[in-house]
Amino acid sequence: MQKDLELELYQSMYRMRAAERAIQQEYPNNQMKTPMHMSIGEEGIVAGICTALKEKAKFYGTYRSHALYLAVTEETDGFFAELYGKVTGPAGGKAGSMHLASPDHNLIMTSAVVGTTIPVAVGGAFREKYMNTDKIAVVFFGDGAVDEGVFWESLNLACLWKLPVLFVCEDNGLAIHTPTSVRRGYDSLGKIARQYNCLVYDSFEQTDVLTIHAMAKKAYAEIQRFRMPALAIIPYYRYLEHVGVNEDFDVGYRSCDEFEQWLAKDPIALLRRRLINQNQENAVVSIEDAVNKQIFISVQKAKDAPFPRPEELYRGVYGE
Amino acid sequence: MHHSQDPKNFTGGYTVSKRIITYAQAINEALRQEMERDSSVFVYGLDVADHKGINGTTSGLAEKFPGRCLSTPLSEEALMGFGLGAAINGLRPVNVHIRVEFLLVAFNQLVNMLASARYGSNGKLSVPIVIRVLIGRGWGQGFQHSKSLQSIFAHIPGLKVIMPATPYDAKGMLIAAIRDDNPVICMEHRFLFWQEGEVPFEPYTVPLGKCSILRSGSDVTIVASSWSCVDALDAAKVLERKHNILAELINVRTIAPFDDATVNQSVRKTGHCIVVDSDWTHCGFSAEVAARVQEDCFGSLRSPVTRIGFAPTHCPTTRPMEDLYYPNAETIIRVTEKKLGLKPADLSDEKFHNYENKFKGPF
Repeated sequence: MQKDLELELYQSMYRMRAAERAIQQEYPNNQMKTPMHMSIGEEGIVAGICTALKEKAKFYGTYRSHALYLAVTEETDGFFAELYGKVTGPAGGKAGSMHLASPDHNLIMTSAVVGTTIPVAVGGAFREKYMNTDKIAVVFFGDGAVDEGVFWESLNLACLWKLPVLFVCEDNGLAIHTPTSVRRGYDSLGKIARQYNCLVYDSFEQTDVLTIHAMAKKAYAEIQRFRMPALAIIPYYRYLEHVGVNEDFDVGYRSCDEFEQWLAKDPIALLRRRLINQNQENAVVSIEDAVNKQIFISVQKAKDAPFPRPEELYRGVYGE
Repeated sequence: MHHSQDPKNFTGGYTVSKRIITYAQAINEALRQEMERDSSVFVYGLDVADHKGINGTTSGLAEKFPGRCLSTPLSEEALMGFGLGAAINGLRPVNVHIRVEFLLVAFNQLVNMLASARYGSNGKLSVPIVIRVLIGRGWGQGFQHSKSLQSIFAHIPGLKVIMPATPYDAKGMLIAAIRDDNPVICMEHRFLFWQEGEVPFEPYTVPLGKCSILRSGSDVTIVASSWSCVDALDAAKVLERKHNILAELINVRTIAPFDDATVNQSVRKTGHCIVVDSDWTHCGFSAEVAARVQEDCFGSLRSPVTRIGFAPTHCPTTRPMEDLYYPNAETIIRVTEKKLGLKPADLSDEKFHNYENKFKGPF
């Protein structure tokens, strides 16, 4: 069982990394005309949580949506089609990279204005409580979103009405290029959150996907048991520039040394080493081969797919 | 047998077809009947469950529907996103704001999220939410409690904007809005709340996006929104009595989508068009009406379209200046006289409706 879980998590994370490596290769051809906010480095968070809460949660995210989309849907055909603006994408090309979502897979919404999906998830959690289901809402956002008033409004509301929502702060310490040290008039988000009537999970020292997976399982159980929301604060490192497919260590706001310290605990490399040590090399390589092949095919399909027809411009502004 | 206890048999002492209730009661009844019909409908907003019940419009709902009429924290932005989350997951929220100024705090969610949620999901998400917002002046409300701003909301694709002006419209349009699968902003002028009119007891809908003709006429078309309908009606009565001018008065009802066909048809008949909009004129709904009329009826127009709205300044609190800020029935009469080349009538004995001299209706 544990071995199967580890392989499943490895496949999930490897798919994310390989898909974004493919984007890095293809993006310079200027056929994917959409701003890319890359997930490389954060894969452990979404892989761990979404794998743990599949079928048990509805997910909400941000414009840094690639890894989340792949974690929830486990598919790459629609993913690349959306990036190429093709009609075969989950939003028919209207959404692009910043709004990747698939309500059919319970990835309800992602958004390009910081903090905006946080209250939406709280409303989604209200619906689950209202209808007396056992689902929770899970919303991912960066540490920059914590600067927004709407984060605190949403946290308060969820605590007040005891709503089943897991807030996940993907804490990379940067809002675009501005570190928390010049944005925050306080020391610890976790300390403040403990004053609210919610559960707080913030003891992550590393990026290990298994730790995150276990936290998500525990969070789900405790949200149901204690009838209160939860906040997880999980540190990670953004390997690439804020928007775009390249590294930006040359511009001076952060150092390459810092990056190398994080790279040493890269979530995908960590799990790969563990699996190899367990004599799982064949399984690992066969996952990698299958994913690489699948991505190659998905990119080709996306390139070959048609663009939406002109009448699509007006479709979907209003419902009937 | 206690049929009189059954709210379904309550007719307020009138036969069903003749029953007279106020605009506020009509809204309350619409909410109550929709909540009875559909358990996914719920009401929330600041003070909706308190003893005042938003001028009586939400009174009794919290008691009748436990957990479905919720007073909230002062968190307009989060609560608008909250409504979106509830709506896209299958509920039908009604969010209430007691001033349009407070809705502006939620503008980010409204414009960036609610308006485009359906489009951005390629039609997979549906956003059946109603945002009720109280607008209008009264007793020195001043520059932060008196705006309307319908054109700002109507500018955004994906939002519907309605302004019911009669008790009949208030009930029928609110029910239609609750059953609509799009975000609908329902703007309710406070002066209209005490207006009385015939309202059927049974639930009914008034289609969104359709004007009504409050008075037929052949000499001039007056297009009015919300409380301006009352000013325009006062003006139309005087114009008929003093000048034998028959104004066709169109109650615009819905700002977006706008039923320009009804307006254009009237203007082709009368050749004159005056737009009275309870809002500023610059880049306002009145400008949109003027543009559409001139595009469609250029050959029929015998005078340029005239717009009447708030003075292009902020609303002052002191009454003499507040009176200057708002157009009224006299403004409409004078504009019409000038447009048609008539001598100004003596209005010294006329009494028009205002804050003290409430309009009780019906139209």
